[in-house]
Amino acid sequence: MSQSTSEPAITPAIEVSERKKFRLDNRYVPPLFITCILLVGHLSYGILESYQRTLLAIVAAIVTELLLGRIFYGKWLNLASAYITGISVGILVRSPAFWPYALCSVLSIMSKYVLRIKGRHLWNPSNFGICVLLFLAPETVSSLSIQWGNFIWPMLVIWVLGSVIIWRARRFHISATYVLSFFALAFVRSWITGDPWQAEIAPITGPMYQLFVFFMVTDPKTTVKSKWGQCLVVFLVAVVESLLRLNQVVYAPLYALFIVGPTAMLIEMWLESRRKPSVVTA
Amino acid sequence: MTRGRIILIVCFIALLALPLVLKRLATRRQTAVAKVDPTTAVSRFGFHFEEVAKASGVNFIHQAPTLDHQLDHIMPQVASMGAAVSVVDFDRDGWSDLYVTNSGEGSKNCLFRNLGNGSFTDVAAQVGLADVNQVGTGVSMGAVWGDYDNDGYEDLFLYKWGKPELFHNDSGHGFTRVTEKAGLPPWVNANTAIWFDYDGDGRLDLFLGGYYAEDVDLWHLKTTRMMPESFEYAKNGGRKYLFHNLGNGSFEEVSRKVGIDSRRWALAAVAADLRHSGHADLFIANDYGISELYFNDGKQFHEVGKQTGVGFSPKSGMNAAVGDVLNQGTYAIYVSNISEEGVLIQGNNLWVPKEGTAGDSLQYDNLARDMDVEIGGWSFGAQFGDLNNDGMQDLYLVNGYVSADRNKNYWYDFSKIAGGNSTIISDAAHWPAMEGRSLSGYQQKRVWLNDGSGKFVDVASAVGANDNFDGRSVALVDLWNRGVLDVVVANQKGPLLIYKNTTNPANGWIDFELEGQSSNRSAIGAEVKLFWNGQQQVQEVSGGSGFCSQSQRRLHFGLGKNARVEKAEIRWPSGKVSTIEQPAAGQVQKIKEPA
Repeated sequence: MSQSTSEPAITPAIEVSERKKFRLDNRYVPPLFITCILLVGHLSYGILESYQRTLLAIVAAIVTELLLGRIFYGKWLNLASAYITGISVGILVRSPAFWPYALCSVLSIMSKYVLRIKGRHLWNPSNFGICVLLFLAPETVSSLSIQWGNFIWPMLVIWVLGSVIIWRARRFHISATYVLSFFALAFVRSWITGDPWQAEIAPITGPMYQLFVFFMVTDPKTTVKSKWGQCLVVFLVAVVESLLRLNQVVYAPLYALFIVGPTAMLIEMWLESRRKPSVVTA
Repeated sequence: MTRGRIILIVCFIALLALPLVLKRLATRRQTAVAKVDPTTAVSRFGFHFEEVAKASGVNFIHQAPTLDHQLDHIMPQVASMGAAVSVVDFDRDGWSDLYVTNSGEGSKNCLFRNLGNGSFTDVAAQVGLADVNQVGTGVSMGAVWGDYDNDGYEDLFLYKWGKPELFHNDSGHGFTRVTEKAGLPPWVNANTAIWFDYDGDGRLDLFLGGYYAEDVDLWHLKTTRMMPESFEYAKNGGRKYLFHNLGNGSFEEVSRKVGIDSRRWALAAVAADLRHSGHADLFIANDYGISELYFNDGKQFHEVGKQTGVGFSPKSGMNAAVGDVLNQGTYAIYVSNISEEGVLIQGNNLWVPKEGTAGDSLQYDNLARDMDVEIGGWSFGAQFGDLNNDGMQDLYLVNGYVSADRNKNYWYDFSKIAGGNSTIISDAAHWPAMEGRSLSGYQQKRVWLNDGSGKFVDVASAVGANDNFDGRSVALVDLWNRGVLDVVVANQKGPLLIYKNTTNPANGWIDFELEGQSSNRSAIGAEVKLFWNGQQQVQEVSGGSGFCSQSQRRLHFGLGKNARVEKAEIRWPSGKVSTIEQPAAGQVQKIKEPA
């Protein structure tokens, strides 16, 4: 009995420590999720150019992050973010050559250290790296624009799983706003161009958009702080994307985020700098 | 700003500039082989082309079909194939003739008989091979020649989006339609066929690869859901057929029985003894998916695409040709795909046997990038052949998909729909209208010269291959019996082109014309390994290769300067081996298989 009386006091302590031991740090959920996407996509459909190229992208991102973190912050940084950047590059960049994978990863990570204002970097790293390569090396590089095999189920599973994870990270509102905006604007485009609406919604059924919706537009470091502001920014991303699409730009979503993301950040910083002096005055 | 940060910014800018530097270096390499006059081309590259089709009496323009009106909005891209050329000496007069397919409903195919005096005349109507595109029977996609009854004359198999046809060659005087007797299926939407003797019984068998499913009549669609279900993973294409030659004029369809069961969208096939096993293996390049490689043990086929490395990354395979590109006595396989700057860079594949692998453990590396034969636009047909007689296999590639309005591009809409789920992409009604726009049109062809050190250099402009029609089928043939390879190109909705080749006479050559006895009489599958000046090169008589094409059966070896041929080893499909010591160069060696 004594044992039983003493147990309640001890059991919760053990449970708590065990829970702590096995509880997944939120930072590692997205990397695990993107790894699952990659493995499922590749083992089922072979979505990667090759394992070597993807590995090269990941290693290049991690090494760059380690080096720059050590040099500029004097410590070894957590690598979750660099891993996501590397794996996104490995999935999204399509090139028969090896060098674009390494260069894209290195540029993506470096952009976080170089393109900073008031301590904040402006671009989602992989969005920056991929756009730069698409601008500068279109003869060698394209981006993933194919679909998940022939079935709708893998796509639905990834959408549901991704939504749950993003919900947990309290960023579901961003993804949801973007998806709703995309669909609404797809019908507007269909009305304007006369193309079938199915053709207009077709891109969002592909893996590029899943990475875009779950990992790029939700990047906490490259969007504004307020919840409504985030929704507005991502809506504007969809609007700019639509304008680019009406001008037949193939990589419209990537370019839209490239344009809108930093612009929103700069506006937010400017507004903050205007607010601060008034607080001091008050 | 700290010193470290300044260094970081400088490095960042330098890395940003890197792609531009690489591009500039590549452009410099290209400008080095810009247009030159014919004499300079011959002295610098060893050859020069002159387009002589019209001058030779060949005035052929390909017509595309007009399919079901439900496809009107995307007609140019659906009705985008059918221009094909195959080489034959149908009357055994020693001069190679050309059979050219047409694809308009009611249009006529042509058989250009080589008169031996530099000109050709169309005798298709005379011999019964012209009126083969009658309304209701489908239209021609390509043709392959092979002597299926071993009577010494090449017979014709014509594959269509429609009813496939077999024509028996009546001693070079005419052709008799023997389709029913042969037991061919009533309708196949095929884009590839090859003759080869898969079981070594001395009779040619026939492989036929479907593209659209065989229950689709493109002129009377029951549904618009007939497009590929995926841009890269489609398995709703036409079935494959392997017709086993029973020797009595009829064939038995055995594909599933021997292990070939695929519904990928086949566009090209080639058979060659890749493992030197004595049996011809089968390579299939598929559109909208991975390539397939079947090892043949003489009775059964075993799909080894993934195992060998060629069937992993899905692309848009449109060509399959084999060549000994490194003079190592082994075959590399060239598969063409799509590359469009800024949109889609699939890159073509040059599958070269991996060092240290052979036989059943054979594996391949894609060396297209390393050897500079990777980017060729929207590539279609390609063939290996020694164009300048320097002893190395060069590569001629044609490209271009839909050349319409030069200023309007369909690529954006194409990429949009190509990214869609199967429920969207597979329905033609969901595809945006083309509205006269081009899709990878007006492209510059590639003539890749093998420098012998593992690199190819594109000299197309320099040597006179300057057309920008929508090229489909390429055949290499010595049309004037001069010891050089001329090039014949069939263009979609364009003219048939004949590029007459002038080579540097200092480079030697030797040709082999083989005739089987216990092997099939066409000697398709026979292999010649030539040894000269310390080098070796292997070539195989082909029953069809490239895209919808068949080059001459005669094997042509360039020898370079001051050549001393040591020997030629001939391995017949029957397994017999003939060795010819020191065959004379500069002539056609006519060799009959020993009894």
